[in-house]
Amino acid sequence: MSVLSVRDLNVSYTTQAGDVPAVRGVNLDVARGEVLGLAGESGCGKSTVAHAVLRLLPVGARAEGEVLLDGEDVLAMKPGRLRAVRWTEAAIVFQGAMHALNPVRRVGDQVAEAMTIHRQASEREAFRRAQQLVEQVGLPARRARDYPHELSGGQRQRIMIAMALACNPNLIIADEPTTALDVMVQAQVLSLLSGLQQEFGLAMIFITHDLSVLVEACDRIAVMYAGRIVEEGPSDLLFGSPAHPYTKALAAAFPQIGDERFRRAPSGLPGDPPDPAAVPRGCPFHPRCPEAIAACAREDPSLLKLTVDGRRRAACIRVDRLGAPEMVP
Amino acid sequence: MTIPAIDPAVPVLDARGLHVSFAGRTGMFAGLFGRAEASARAVDGVDLQVRRGEVLAIAGESGCGKTTLARTLMGLERPRAGTILFEDKPMPRDLRAYRRKVQMIFQDPTGALNPRQTIYESVAEGLRIHRVPGNEKERVAAALSQAGLRPPERFFLLYPHEISGGQRQRVVIAGALVLNPEVIIADEPVSMLDASVRGEILKLLLGLRDELGLTIVVVTHDLGMAWMIADRVAVMYLGRIVELGPAEEVLTKPRHPYTKALLDVVPEAGGLDRPVLTGEPPDPTRIPAGCRFHPRCPEVASGRAEAAGFLGRCTGEDPALRVLAADHTAACHLAE
Repeated sequence: MSVLSVRDLNVSYTTQAGDVPAVRGVNLDVARGEVLGLAGESGCGKSTVAHAVLRLLPVGARAEGEVLLDGEDVLAMKPGRLRAVRWTEAAIVFQGAMHALNPVRRVGDQVAEAMTIHRQASEREAFRRAQQLVEQVGLPARRARDYPHELSGGQRQRIMIAMALACNPNLIIADEPTTALDVMVQAQVLSLLSGLQQEFGLAMIFITHDLSVLVEACDRIAVMYAGRIVEEGPSDLLFGSPAHPYTKALAAAFPQIGDERFRRAPSGLPGDPPDPAAVPRGCPFHPRCPEAIAACAREDPSLLKLTVDGRRRAACIRVDRLGAPEMVP
Repeated sequence: MTIPAIDPAVPVLDARGLHVSFAGRTGMFAGLFGRAEASARAVDGVDLQVRRGEVLAIAGESGCGKTTLARTLMGLERPRAGTILFEDKPMPRDLRAYRRKVQMIFQDPTGALNPRQTIYESVAEGLRIHRVPGNEKERVAAALSQAGLRPPERFFLLYPHEISGGQRQRVVIAGALVLNPEVIIADEPVSMLDASVRGEILKLLLGLRDELGLTIVVVTHDLGMAWMIADRVAVMYLGRIVELGPAEEVLTKPRHPYTKALLDVVPEAGGLDRPVLTGEPPDPTRIPAGCRFHPRCPEVASGRAEAAGFLGRCTGEDPALRVLAADHTAACHLAE
């Protein structure tokens, strides 16, 4: 059974200009021990999906559909149940560890807090366990007594990961966990996350706009555009032979060094990601799509199977005709 | 694509023995307790010739001094020692004329534009500051269309919040182009932009070099971007250039262990088992003696440096850049 199963999720934000749909009919499944990457650019709805899973959406957001966490619908939970589920069933590692920690409390206490609140341990036990977790994320246990300002950005992100692990969740959602970090530190945090994921058999959702990071860290990737999933598949295939023109463009933004196709040949898309308040009609990607035909302005394609087993899917009416020889049915 | 001939003998910018440092935190309490911090040697002995018409990428981790080097080339920081020659003449004390020739583009286009000024005003500002004669409107329109904002008139009266992030960076580029500069120094020009927009801005920069013969210095932490646009790559570590050469050479046949480590952490399919540097992150207030990279160097940690009989030099002798192949230099005792 899937640890997480999202069914027909729609999220809209209420603004002065009316309701703005941020997520428009998303379906996702994450199996036990699986790492799913969620890719996309600003405004595509990827963080909204992540926040909806734990019902962390701001006031004024409306979520419809089902978010089944171990079979139980998060969107229908009573507040008490929801509080019990957060951190113990699913935990989230936010982007920007700089601002997510309380500056006037020792980091060990902050890691321990999740355990004491969920009555999993006494204060003293919790701090001891926090020290163990700090060691598990690759810092000396004594750093649990440090305040956030005494730690570097990478070390703070490690503390955030320790916090997420505190209550032994089955699912971890990492929302741009390495975006603010330097290249070398990013690599350290990535290998830490994937080491822990394998050690504990965690299910994980990894969110970033950097497709090359996802290819490395994930089993499967879903690419979002304008509030929808436009392509989904095993990560090496999706990155190596993208089917949707948008995925192709994202992959080209992070070229492999040494690949002659990209040498002195940067390529991007015209225009910008659409404003969720004004999503183009037809295929939302068609105004920027290098492969668009007249029908793309009229038809809004749904996710179609590219392989018989349905592991590769894309929402593009041209995908059939474009063909994808690398895809084995 | 044809690449304009770049004459290595004609540097447009020539930095010699450049040192830039920032005073340590002093302030009331440091004075009180006699604990003034050491100064940070952000740029610590850099020699660099920027050739006319090239795209030069300066790469490295944060804190390596790449941005300080760029700001010093712009005249925004005063070097503690060393000189900068522009077209063989020392950088003048009055920077106004110099800034017409050398323009800078910053990372955050939203921060670089005045939100209460129209696009037209933002681009025309440089012309007014430099009292450039001629038809202002024509020049602004030309710069906007060179930056890919066409038709330019459509953008004149818009405000920054009315256009997208990619368009804002184009306005910033137009603001630089309007003065007909010879050199553009771009500090992480696309890192704040959406992934699908980045390529178009890089294409624009590359086009400006090809069509207008501009010299472009790009500061970046992203080696993939260097692969897409740079002719040469300089890799910095703790205030020093540790490797410099043609992009193909440096990025596919790196000689310095630090460059190798940087390339190893570029994410790629099937990765994650790669070596990642450990040890203290570099701190410009405490630059190690000997080779500044030796405390983190995989060659030292693995014992290879010792086996080769180089350990004494690695820990005791500061290596200079040595020529290792045509136009390719690296500062490592072991590099061949």
